[in-house]
Amino acid sequence: MDIVTLSRLQFAITTVYHFFFVPLTLGLSVLVAIMETLYVRTGDPTYRRMTKFWGNLFLINFAMGVVTGIVMEFQFGMNWARYSVFVGDIFGAPLAIEALLAFFVESVFLGVWIFGWEKLPKGAHLAAIWLVAFGSTLSALWILVANSFMQHPVGFALQNGRAVMTDFGALLTNSYLWTQFPHTVLSGFTTGAFFILGISAYHLIRRREVDFFRRSFQLAAVFGAIAIFLVILVGHSQAQRMVQVQPMKMAAAEALWNSESPASFSLFTVGDENSRSDVFSIRLPYLLSVLAYNQPSGEVKGIRDLQATYEKQYGPGDYVPSVITEYWSFRIMVGVGFLMMAFALLALYPTLRNRPIAKLRFIGLFPFAIALPYIANSVGWIFTEMGRQPWAVVGLMKTQDAFSSNVSIGMVLTTLIVFTLVYAALIVADVYLLSKFAKAGPVAELAANSEVAPGDAPELESAIH
Amino acid sequence: MDLNTLWFLLIAVLYIGYFVLEGFDFGVGILLPFLGKDDLKRRVIINTIGPHWDGNEVWLITAGGATFAAFPQWYATLFSGFYLPLFLILLALIVRGVAFEFRSRDDNPRWRSTWDWAIFAGSFIPALLWGVAFSNFVHGVPIDQHFVYVGGFWNLLNPFAILGGLVTLFGFTLLGAIFLSLKTTDDLMAESQRVAKLMWSPAMVMLTVYVVAAYFFTDILAHLGVNPGPVPIGSILLLLGAGYFIYARRSGWAFILTVLSIVFSTATIFLALYPRVLVSNLAPEFSLTIYNSASGPYTLQVMSIIALVFLPFVLAYEAWSYWIFRKRISQKAEELHY
Repeated sequence: MDIVTLSRLQFAITTVYHFFFVPLTLGLSVLVAIMETLYVRTGDPTYRRMTKFWGNLFLINFAMGVVTGIVMEFQFGMNWARYSVFVGDIFGAPLAIEALLAFFVESVFLGVWIFGWEKLPKGAHLAAIWLVAFGSTLSALWILVANSFMQHPVGFALQNGRAVMTDFGALLTNSYLWTQFPHTVLSGFTTGAFFILGISAYHLIRRREVDFFRRSFQLAAVFGAIAIFLVILVGHSQAQRMVQVQPMKMAAAEALWNSESPASFSLFTVGDENSRSDVFSIRLPYLLSVLAYNQPSGEVKGIRDLQATYEKQYGPGDYVPSVITEYWSFRIMVGVGFLMMAFALLALYPTLRNRPIAKLRFIGLFPFAIALPYIANSVGWIFTEMGRQPWAVVGLMKTQDAFSSNVSIGMVLTTLIVFTLVYAALIVADVYLLSKFAKAGPVAELAANSEVAPGDAPELESAIH
Repeated sequence: MDLNTLWFLLIAVLYIGYFVLEGFDFGVGILLPFLGKDDLKRRVIINTIGPHWDGNEVWLITAGGATFAAFPQWYATLFSGFYLPLFLILLALIVRGVAFEFRSRDDNPRWRSTWDWAIFAGSFIPALLWGVAFSNFVHGVPIDQHFVYVGGFWNLLNPFAILGGLVTLFGFTLLGAIFLSLKTTDDLMAESQRVAKLMWSPAMVMLTVYVVAAYFFTDILAHLGVNPGPVPIGSILLLLGAGYFIYARRSGWAFILTVLSIVFSTATIFLALYPRVLVSNLAPEFSLTIYNSASGPYTLQVMSIIALVFLPFVLAYEAWSYWIFRKRISQKAEELHY
């Protein structure tokens, strides 16, 4: 393998791995903050126990997100030095701002929250977790400001072979950002909700801590249903924008070789990427135009036409991303998204009617449904970033020109292997701890964990009885 | 002062803050296997930095981001050039951070001892390698006319850099010991004071040799930037003063003077560099400076406004978090969170 392929593989592994943990942090931080708010408002000790139980799982996950995030800050310079020089003027700014505005808030107030249960008044302690949640979401905003520039560069000028920032406001108002940001954050909220739904269902089936897990399930059901509904809504407008801004990505997602007007939607396609044609395809007429323009007419550009256009615009080269990757990652993401909508509606039913959740049909599937947002999050990012190829920054710099020229294949290969092995070991430990504490439930958590202050003793007793 | 200089200063402040803050928590991690004679003591030691290690680490992340934003060429040349040392540092920080959060969440002694060694190694490696890296900034490394690092891994392990690594290793360990003597009670406090005494002499010797060596191995005397003047000597004198207070068992003053010694020695590196950020030993004109590696004036303006507005808030709430957790950690299992 060449250095670009290895560097891309390393970036893909470290980034997708990092994003196993980020969405749960985004979602659980808000959900735990809501639980603690309920506790502070009502004084009901069950909400305090909920805050501690789910907060404990949140912390185990958060640590993994933090440490895998450190690599993100430095790997652009390590493996993509030429990229870093080319866009540093623009790309570095949101990264620095993310650290200054978001990471400090997140990490300092998380420390305050973990260690401050007995040291702070209730209101201040509650403020700490809300600040953690705020910091997490803010960090998503800034890193997506950076990512949006790669996908849809704005607010820059080319000077001496480098991209130079000319309009900071344009970076912040990048239209791409304002669909990508809500889509990402709401996916995180969905991830948090499905995590709670699954673990609560596990215990409700076993009739354990029924009141505790019923309340958790109900909160997550409402939160999750709203979140996944909005994810799909935003995703739809994102796709409509994609037709305008990144037509090649859309064409690849639909395996649309030739431009069509009105355009058909592919239900199932087996294509040949070399000849850029279908081997076998079932297509629904009009539907892609309807999805793209909300009307049964309008042209959607195909891969061949776009390739010809780009050759004229940028010179000879292959401007088509991997169609098979784009086609299937898009379908898996969307399919899993609708499956999550179905699960969320199912969870909403006993919640709104206040029926016993354990009797719900398919309740046994909820623990397995925890995997769904993880699948959708990962393939979603693979779709977005693979669909950007061959560009590192669309229209400005190709990935093959972006790598570090002085780093050897041996070095990239070594670090790739070691990162992969260490990450594999860490995820084993992470999943072990999460499932141990999740299965043990809140009572064991209170008794086994050291987070019991003297003041908690009566509560602990009532929990055991 | 032009904006390039302001950003040089801001990045210097971020690294100084990082070395002071993570300096003592690296030291605490290094001392964990030696001072933590039983599991309760090990937990107490980890809990002294429990609320802070993550916030301390953000100083590094911010320094990295600020370098990227203000001096992209420095960011690119440095991290692609110092590839393997940086990789080792990242790996160390990864296992270390997870270890803090995971180690006390299971009773299995093998689980706990594995993570304890992860904390030790994850603190030891960066404590050594940061000194190596920063010494190379001023010592000079092979950088060609395209500002690309053309050396290998072994170029970075020259005698001056290794000496620098030992300075940070002993300095951070000393600071960690003094910090522990301020944050623990009873026998653990007494043990920490004893270790601080033990660590002080090698730290003192290393720093003195290092400062003297700097006059031979770098162009600190001759270069065109600001002469570091009394600053390097100040770092030696401050550490000497810290020694007095360590022996007088006045840990508070010992801590303050050791911190100031770290501030002065890190400032020495930046003063010796200015206006360069990475010295080339192939030709002086190949050195990276705050001008040839900088972002455009517009980016620097935007970033300056944001940094100057928000940095005071960050300093204020991080200082507040140290204030609320200022008490010593007593050896009572039920009061420990980690």
